[in-house]
Amino acid sequence: MLNIKNLHVKLEEEDKQILKGVDLEVEAGKVHAIMGPNGSGKSTLSYVLSGREGYEVTDGTVHLEGEDVLALEPEERAALGIFLAFQYPVEIPGVGNMTFLRTALNAQRKAKGEDEMSAADFLKLIRARAKDLKIDADMLKRPVNVGFSGGEKKRNEILQMAVLEPKMCILDETDSGLDVDAMKLVADGVNALRQEGRGFLVITHYQRLLDHIVPDVVHIMVDGQIVKSGGPELAQEVEKNGYADIMAEVA
Amino acid sequence: MPAIAREKLAQLKRDTTEARLAEMTLPDGAGWAAEARAAARARVRDLGLPHPRDEYWKFTRPDTLVQPEAPRAALFEAGEPHLFHDRDRLHLVFRDGVLDESASDAQALEGIEIERLGSALATDIHWTRDLYGVLEEAGQSPVPRPLAALNTAYATDGLVIRVTGTPAKPVCLTYLHADEFSDGMLHHVIRVEPDAEMTLLETGPGAARINQVMEVDVADRGRLHHVRAQGRDHERRAVTGTFARLGSESTFKSFTMTVNGVMTRNECVVTLTGDDAVAHLAGVCVGDGTDFHQDDTVFVTHDAANCESRQVFKKVLRNGATGVFQGKILVKDGAQKTDGYQISQSLLLDDDSQFQAKPELEIYADDVACSHGSTSGAIDETALFYLRSRGVPEAEATDLLVLAFLAEALQEIEDDDIAEEMVNRLSGWLERRAA
Ligand SMILES: Nc1ncnc2c1ncn2[C@@H]1O[C@H](COP(=O)(O)OP(=O)(O)O)[C@@H](O)[C@H]1O
Ligand SMILES: [Mg+2]
Repeated sequence: MLNIKNLHVKLEEEDKQILKGVDLEVEAGKVHAIMGPNGSGKSTLSYVLSGREGYEVTDGTVHLEGEDVLALEPEERAALGIFLAFQYPVEIPGVGNMTFLRTALNAQRKAKGEDEMSAADFLKLIRARAKDLKIDADMLKRPVNVGFSGGEKKRNEILQMAVLEPKMCILDETDSGLDVDAMKLVADGVNALRQEGRGFLVITHYQRLLDHIVPDVVHIMVDGQIVKSGGPELAQEVEKNGYADIMAEVA
Repeated sequence: MPAIAREKLAQLKRDTTEARLAEMTLPDGAGWAAEARAAARARVRDLGLPHPRDEYWKFTRPDTLVQPEAPRAALFEAGEPHLFHDRDRLHLVFRDGVLDESASDAQALEGIEIERLGSALATDIHWTRDLYGVLEEAGQSPVPRPLAALNTAYATDGLVIRVTGTPAKPVCLTYLHADEFSDGMLHHVIRVEPDAEMTLLETGPGAARINQVMEVDVADRGRLHHVRAQGRDHERRAVTGTFARLGSESTFKSFTMTVNGVMTRNECVVTLTGDDAVAHLAGVCVGDGTDFHQDDTVFVTHDAANCESRQVFKKVLRNGATGVFQGKILVKDGAQKTDGYQISQSLLLDDDSQFQAKPELEIYADDVACSHGSTSGAIDETALFYLRSRGVPEAEATDLLVLAFLAEALQEIEDDDIAEEMVNRLSGWLERRAA
């Protein structure tokens, strides 16, 4: 489903190479995890996939179901089915959470040539999804992420994912700031979507989240490259020994 | 400025002023009204018409407002009804600054007395006598407002409204612009009696160029809610002067929305003269293009104890548009427990647009809480990306952020339903403009 080939990325404003040849293929219904030390380029990869400005692709390609992702605007990528759960969800004062979600959902439907969802249907959908994630009505009414706790922000990201139903979900450190109960809720949300054949790229620092979302493949990213890939046991190895052994091994 | 230069400037101002006055004749009349007009004309002579070197005209060029002829302003086909059209209201229509009685409702509404300015000024004994030109004159110091004095001297139409109760519906004034060269002058006088309450709505451009004055006297515990939408004709010009005096425990809320128009100067002068009075002044401005110039010049004087004033002004500017805010809070000696708040903010959608702000605070009482702030910023790129990453196209995402930015000012409107109508219009305009 998602094909990343030889991706090289540098900062637009600085002469700093961050991704140095990333190759990755995520199949439908599979969960790929990316682990790696701080600053290795994981968030950069997620931003480049979703179209954030400030990065320059110097080499390589990204395709989603054959479509050239890098040629598209962020909103076009979203309509194509790419979703990024942000490491740091953004606060937008003055824009209600519900308005935001409805605008996003209808914009995506419009882009796909579908009719807008009626207010009543939307309300039903969001209530059901919010309930699964234990998000209360008050959180839906408040401005986007304003005054939300760290855990609430992360759950709000998963709510958006559940409502928008993307094909390819990228989760950037969604586990940070979550307590065990919230982590289970998030994992249940992910697992439900996974069963529908959606692809996942789960970026995480710790193995914790991967106890609940068992990955098919684990990749280790160091200094802008995937240096090692393996099964779920690789995550446990990292948890036990840290990255030092792996880095020594590939050096 | 050296003395010679100052004298030269004064001479220049005198010449411009005399040239303008020479073109105008005072309306016929006798008695107190004629005296008030003559006194106002003397004020204009004395103050001189605005000049770019004047302290409060540094950011706004007065020439097109001062020159004898109104510059041409093309008519604008809005393609939608005027705001407030489907509300239950007492509706009065002005065309190029003249009341169109055939298009208006009868001037009758329980809880108010309403009359045309001309008829009030022709009446020997009339409550208007205590207010006409009186509040305007009081508002000339310390900052001169010569165009308002000009209005008092020469305006022949407008409404005088005495609010004696609580009318069941708002009074709505719709200002049509039908002649490309019309030069309108309107002067309204509103007196809210003790415990009375009214909502006044205004919508439309009024004329190619309009000079509008509203004198407002709110007696003890009276309440006046004022909401104004200035017309969207791209080439129209307007200078407005609102002069309000507030009695104890009274409330005056005034909100202005400016979208389009090549030149707008809104002056608002409010004096809180009775204890526990409340004044909320707010505005939103959406400007597009190098020709767009909008200016809010506000002066709030606290002259009683325990009063509250708020100034909340927000401007969104793009494609080289200019916005100006000059706002002052003056707290006089003895106005203890004053709660004064002032914020002016601009959202600049590009580097060509500009916002000039002159926030001022002058305090002579010791037990007060006053704050003011002014900011100018670009659209939040992170928020924009967040919205786009969820599938919202850039233009639509920008509109959402623009409306979110304006929301704080729109919330100042007392009636939620009216606020919602304005938000809906605004979002429709933004959407169509982006298309
Ligand atoms: N916009 C940016 N400006 C400056 N440095 C950046 C920017 N984005 C990423 N970097 C740098 O790129 C490297 C990778 O960062 P990041 O992708 O956030 O790593 P990770 O998510 O793996 O911790 C870091 O050295 C970081 O400082
Ligand atoms: Mg990161």
